[in-house]
Amino acid sequence: MIPDKNEWKKALEERHGKELQDKISRATVAVCGLGGLGSNIAILLARAGVGKLILIDFDKVDITNLHRQQYKASQIGMYKTEALICNLKEIAPYLKTEIHTVHMDENNFFELLQNADIICEAFDNAEAKANIVNFVLSQMPEKYIVAASGMAGLHSANLIKTRKVSKRFYLCGDEKSDVKDTIGLVASRVCVCASHQAHMVLRIISEKFEE
Amino acid sequence: MVKINGESFDIAGKSIEKYLIDAGYDTKRVAVELNGDILSKLQYENTILCDGDCVEVVCFVGGG
Repeated sequence: MIPDKNEWKKALEERHGKELQDKISRATVAVCGLGGLGSNIAILLARAGVGKLILIDFDKVDITNLHRQQYKASQIGMYKTEALICNLKEIAPYLKTEIHTVHMDENNFFELLQNADIICEAFDNAEAKANIVNFVLSQMPEKYIVAASGMAGLHSANLIKTRKVSKRFYLCGDEKSDVKDTIGLVASRVCVCASHQAHMVLRIISEKFEE
Repeated sequence: MVKINGESFDIAGKSIEKYLIDAGYDTKRVAVELNGDILSKLQYENTILCDGDCVEVVCFVGGG
């Protein structure tokens, strides 16, 4: 039996306190790319009680994704947007979501991101990462962007950090480990980076953070 | 001196684009802030570094 909305709210308020939970539940966060970073970020934010998630990815679930991305064997072949929404609703039934099964670029960044308070960059391609960060910082200066660079391989998880680059731009990762120079993406290290991003989002929402 | 990612360099007079290429960056994979403001890629060629400038270069690598 799924608890009703009030019970759900009360349980979250007991964990985070009413003041913080009110802020979290009012927030809208966009997650751009629903792979190893994005699918994990979305689940962490849904569990924390974020009000609305805007989920964007053009791709389908593939067998090679399952070692690190939050999908199930039965979802292979589904669009990641549609598969993730099912998984999120099982975890957080009152979460509001908006999905866009599209490829993101300069032609649709603004339209897709205009209703978000905070944007998580969770692409895998380095040029796409640079493009969205450049676009948001120059065209949408009122938004926060939390991006990621460098989380591949089996290097120490302790090298993954969150760095404040400028007022509304945070970067998570070791800024070095390129997927092409390593054994590939290892779930646990990618999850550390996704957790850094989700955590920074919650800190921004809390409005109580310095660095 | 120009401060780049916290380190001082004697490169006043150089363009951002020249600095990025000389330093080995792939300009398609970077975001550059000059004194706290983002520079569009179109500005790299004609933005000349001056003494006292503070530059932040973020270089993205693949994986996600």
